[in-house]
Amino acid sequence: MPRLSADARHRIRFTVNGRVMETEAEPRALLSDVLRHDLALTGTHVGCEHGVCGACTIQIDGVPARSCLTLAVQADGADIRTVEALAPAPGRLSVLQDSFRRHHALQCGFCTAGILMSLDSYLRKHPNPSEGELRDYLGGHLCRCTGYVPIVAAALDAAKRLQEEPAHA
Amino acid sequence: MSSETIWCGQSVERVEDAALLTGRGRFIDDLGVKPGTLHAAILRSPHAHATITSIRADAARQMPGVAAILTGPDITANSASLPVGVRAQIECWPIAVDRVRYVGEPVAIAVATSRYVAEDALDLIEVDYETLPPVVDPLAALDNTGSVLHPALGSNLVNERHFRYGDPERAFADAARKISVTIRYPRNSCTPMETYGIVAEYDPGEDAYDVLTNFMGPFSLHSVMARALKVPGNRFRLRTPPDSGGSFGVKQGVFPYVVLMGVAARLCGRPVKWVEDRLEHLAASVSATNRVTTLEAAVDADGRVRALSYDQIEDVGAHIRAPEPATLYRMHGNLTGAYDIRHVAVRNRVVVTNKTPTGLNRGFGGPQVYYALERLMQRIAIELGLDPLDVIRKNLIPSGAFPYRTATGALLDSGDYTKALDLALADGQFDELRKRQEQARAEGRIYGIGLTAAVEPSVSNMGYITTVLTPEERRKAGPKNGAQATATVSLDPLGSVSVHVASAPAGQGHRTVLAQIVADELGLKPSDVRVVAELDTARDAWSIASGNYSSRFAAAVGGAAHLAAGKIKAKLARTAAAQLNVPASEIEFAQGRVRARGNPDNAVSFSRLAAASHWSPGLVPEENQALRETAFWTPPELTPPTENDEINSSLCHGFIFDFCGVEIDRITGAVRIDKYVTMHDCGRILHPGMVEGQVTGGFAHAVGAALYEEFAYGPDGAFLTGTFADYLVPTTTEVPSPVILHLETPSPFTPLGTKGVGEGNCMSTPVCLANAVADALGVESIDLPLTPAKIGALLHGDEKPQRNAKPAPATPAKGGGRALRGQGEAQVAASPEAVWEMLLDADTLASIIPGAHGVQKLSDTHFKADVTLGVGPVTGRYKADIRLSDLVRPKSVTLTGVVTGALGDGRGSGRITLTPNANGTTLSYDYDAEIGGKVASIGGRLLDGAAKMVIRQFFAALARKTGGANKRGFFARLFGGGK
Amino acid sequence: MKPARFDYLRAETLAEAHAALAEDGNDARIIAGGQTLMPMLSMRLARPKVLVDIMHLPQLRKIANSNNAIRVGAAVRQAELLNWPELATAQPLLAAALPWVGHPQTRNRGTICGSAAHADPSAEIPLSLIALGGTVELSSRRKHRSVAAEDFFTGMMSTARSEDEMIEAVTFPAARRGHGYAFNEFGRRHGDFAIVACAAVVTDKETRLAIGGVADRPSVREFGTLDGSALDDALNDFAFDLDARDDLHATARYRRELVRRMGRATIEEARQCRA
Repeated sequence: MPRLSADARHRIRFTVNGRVMETEAEPRALLSDVLRHDLALTGTHVGCEHGVCGACTIQIDGVPARSCLTLAVQADGADIRTVEALAPAPGRLSVLQDSFRRHHALQCGFCTAGILMSLDSYLRKHPNPSEGELRDYLGGHLCRCTGYVPIVAAALDAAKRLQEEPAHA
Repeated sequence: MSSETIWCGQSVERVEDAALLTGRGRFIDDLGVKPGTLHAAILRSPHAHATITSIRADAARQMPGVAAILTGPDITANSASLPVGVRAQIECWPIAVDRVRYVGEPVAIAVATSRYVAEDALDLIEVDYETLPPVVDPLAALDNTGSVLHPALGSNLVNERHFRYGDPERAFADAARKISVTIRYPRNSCTPMETYGIVAEYDPGEDAYDVLTNFMGPFSLHSVMARALKVPGNRFRLRTPPDSGGSFGVKQGVFPYVVLMGVAARLCGRPVKWVEDRLEHLAASVSATNRVTTLEAAVDADGRVRALSYDQIEDVGAHIRAPEPATLYRMHGNLTGAYDIRHVAVRNRVVVTNKTPTGLNRGFGGPQVYYALERLMQRIAIELGLDPLDVIRKNLIPSGAFPYRTATGALLDSGDYTKALDLALADGQFDELRKRQEQARAEGRIYGIGLTAAVEPSVSNMGYITTVLTPEERRKAGPKNGAQATATVSLDPLGSVSVHVASAPAGQGHRTVLAQIVADELGLKPSDVRVVAELDTARDAWSIASGNYSSRFAAAVGGAAHLAAGKIKAKLARTAAAQLNVPASEIEFAQGRVRARGNPDNAVSFSRLAAASHWSPGLVPEENQALRETAFWTPPELTPPTENDEINSSLCHGFIFDFCGVEIDRITGAVRIDKYVTMHDCGRILHPGMVEGQVTGGFAHAVGAALYEEFAYGPDGAFLTGTFADYLVPTTTEVPSPVILHLETPSPFTPLGTKGVGEGNCMSTPVCLANAVADALGVESIDLPLTPAKIGALLHGDEKPQRNAKPAPATPAKGGGRALRGQGEAQVAASPEAVWEMLLDADTLASIIPGAHGVQKLSDTHFKADVTLGVGPVTGRYKADIRLSDLVRPKSVTLTGVVTGALGDGRGSGRITLTPNANGTTLSYDYDAEIGGKVASIGGRLLDGAAKMVIRQFFAALARKTGGANKRGFFARLFGGGK
Repeated sequence: MKPARFDYLRAETLAEAHAALAEDGNDARIIAGGQTLMPMLSMRLARPKVLVDIMHLPQLRKIANSNNAIRVGAAVRQAELLNWPELATAQPLLAAALPWVGHPQTRNRGTICGSAAHADPSAEIPLSLIALGGTVELSSRRKHRSVAAEDFFTGMMSTARSEDEMIEAVTFPAARRGHGYAFNEFGRRHGDFAIVACAAVVTDKETRLAIGGVADRPSVREFGTLDGSALDDALNDFAFDLDARDDLHATARYRRELVRRMGRATIEEARQCRA
């Protein structure tokens, strides 16, 4: 692959939520900015831009990752999934999203997308977590509104419901 | 006419959630902007206190993509000063003009085609500063050591007021005991996950501004912004986006930036957008105040408190920016907390220091007051040998005393404090907690219990800030008081209901709760009611009290919505009465229908009735036209301060009683919250799930304030907690689940009997945890945050000394400061005269100063250089200015250097001594250095090593230049032992 | 906080990466996981001219267990090593230390070798390398060499890597029968920088304790078979020799106390777990 010059915009291609998308970006463009402003996927939010708060968490190649710590060019060719992919259909919520609503696990909602993307991945691999394991796992996400109690409750509820329901949706 | 309460009191699912959960939130940075909108970035001061001697921005202006670079003069020429909170002949600008007074203060603004390009432009702006001595500690501000921040004031003490209520002197004279505490409350902020955002536009044709921003109110600041932009109120349109990512008071502080971006839009001729980044937010949005309080109680032998004497020193940071000193006066009516104390003396002093200007923050003044008061209550118990629980109970305002007027003027609307206490002790199993403590202690573990009682005020009286003025000053200024709330309920041609409020929510679920309230009133389902909570000052009903702060929503805004719905209902009832042929008093609203009581078939559908004023207004009498109703509600209890400085600072008062058990790790000093019980009486509860969310959220903020968070400053004013890696927000692993208990004593003063609940734990929890830690350790005095190192120092006792200690090196650096000291020596294979010549030669210096590219000799004792310094991947270009003084050729010389660059600045001086020996010269040095600026904010923990490395590079190069001794030995000698 | 401009090169061969480093030296920076480099770029603390992405070089993506050593290629992510099925038996110290590295989301992207290259004094992976006596493989256009961990970490975020070199792999000695391993860390919050981290490796004759978060680099010392108060005295010497500093999060005195006590506890834990 040629060396991409700093001063130009370069074509980048990746799969986002199952669809191939193309855009152009400078090498220094953050993936969080490209997703939000070039691809209009504003569900992912930016809370700190230095990788601590977790609000920008998406899934890259199947695992949760901070989009503010990723350059768009690094993600060229990757498989990306954002919060917009979670709902099974317009007007419906996934089990995880619905559990959040039931338990009032969000207030301002700014940190929520990142937490959902982390939990979506985690619950597929750990379908029966304990509260302690969930709290450990979610330690990489800051929330200033809820105090985490209802988030943990919603996650435990979702885990239980997902074990009872066949589809992870 | 009547309706049932069906929805209020239930935890209905929130209407806000579906969009937020699916990534369709509409936060300010999610919304599109007009084509041509430019983006701003702000250059900020790296110094705590300095004069700006020059700003060179030509290179930045010429960069492609840059529309403008603005500095102080641009802003002062196009706006007016912000008001200052006390009578003072000083100005307060949203950008530095001639002088910077805190790290992070705006110095220049770059406006460009993207944020990326705007930041590129900032790199090219050169600013010369001359530093001034900083003032960091509020007590130092009182001493007038260091310089005066605002010379026109003559002092850093900007306001002092004394108050007295009852006969405190007599009470203290008669007291059986006098017991006091001194506390130092640190700085912190609730740091919402979404930062400030502004899109500003200026219309030159109408000389009008249109600003979209996630501002939360109070909208008294609308007039502040309009005045600053020099337009009348109706030419300053302020709009809020549909969603805001948390505020907790912090988004009150966006208003100075609104002025900056408004001027930027005006000067650029295009809309300007600015989204604050997290580093800016931590350094320069707002902070809660830090406060030093000495609180003394006059106490009977049995623990009954007769009088309190407060001495509060409030640190509002670099400017007395509106609404300060509100933090100090918000609680003025509640200085006696939950207790029945009739004699109070208060001395309030407000100082300025070289730190971020302060503002609203969750709890707003409550944490600072309760930390002093509740620590004191524990001390009283200990010093008198009493049970802390009994001391609290003995002093509580008795049941049946409500509404109760406090000594300082607050009218506590309702409550049953002893009942709440007893309920909490029983349901929270306090006895079991005490047994747990005994058991833990028997096992040799360190376990403490803390107790706190607090009154949580809500719905601020807008006049409370005038308590800072004297009665004469108030008379001249005219009365300020009240807390107006507005709500509009309207009906559309299809008969559906819309509600509009000026509440600026940031996650509190206003749209859901308002739908519950209005649905109940009109006999509908919440899904029939649609609420708009975005505010547009050009189009909506609002007042200076609009916005969301002091937890006013449930009481004031909810109440106003209830009243507005009631007005529409009354009109509809009269119309229905005519149609159904029954008296209006017989009309019921239920299940979407409007019917005659006792005869449900005699009914009409709500939506049909509601549409009548649209479709057939001629058939509806004028007094019953029901298209929209706006309620303006202002409670009569919120009167202005009296001639005796009594102030009912808030309308409603909730009660909180907390107790907790903590265990302290013997080795690490870490505090583990074993159990936390919090009892809330917040009046009538409209939505239990949301109330619980406010409590758990406030609790998490409070755990942060108690154990993890602090805005730390070095003694030179360097800001040390510039990222989330150093400003520690607690996570799921740090915040436990509290046990939450409730009692409801409705407020007689609000339309729904509701009170606020958002801020309570911020007031009660920090001191409850501190009381528990003090109990665990048996210490008299402890300040926040309760860090492991602080507790470790109390636990670890005397340190085992070092065996074979080497000759004592430098005095240890003060903890947390940016001062670096060190000393060392090197053997150089040249005579002292030769070494001396090298130190004074520009070319030699060029080759030995690390990363120097070009050393200019300005005189025999003055050199300048450009240097590139790097540690690991962190590199930066700096300008170095080095002077030699106290020259004693060829024996000793003092080298003083100042290094400045985008990444930070450093200054240091070192004394170098040359002593001849058999092989050449022993070069000894000792140095003293300080490092500030961006690198200090961001990488403080790494700086010492970096500085040491740079100094090592210098002397290594010197040694190489002189053909110095064995390299390994040199290194070892320089840096004493270890690898 | 947007980065300054830089070129980006996604290396398709090792030679390409070497060439970029040879030509641009310190103005080139390898980007692997980016979890520590990206914040520095966004804060403009680092301003390379070119970023060289090595994550698409297949030869760097391997974890190999042979000759009593675990060789981890430069493109192996921390999560991949943590999830490697053989980890707990092949090297329990790593299995104990890796969960302390950042958070799951950062481990999904960050690399083992990247952490070694960054050389933060409180980082767990450099500490493990030092404790176990591992090696770092460096390669450049000029040569290929292995450096012992003790020689690799030269100071605060500084390593023996020359400006034209890159890390190709790090190698950790595998666990041996009869050896004991233990790891402990104390930080303000889970996932934060360690205030003090301790890694102990115990054989029948030797006890090694490595400490992170105190000196300007991870540091190791041997304690032989010392026990009782003799071990306490030796730990005390070590604590002072590490030249702890006060900083925002802890005092030097506090750190020394943790070295003495947590260090002792970690040694005892490792001694007890010898099979």
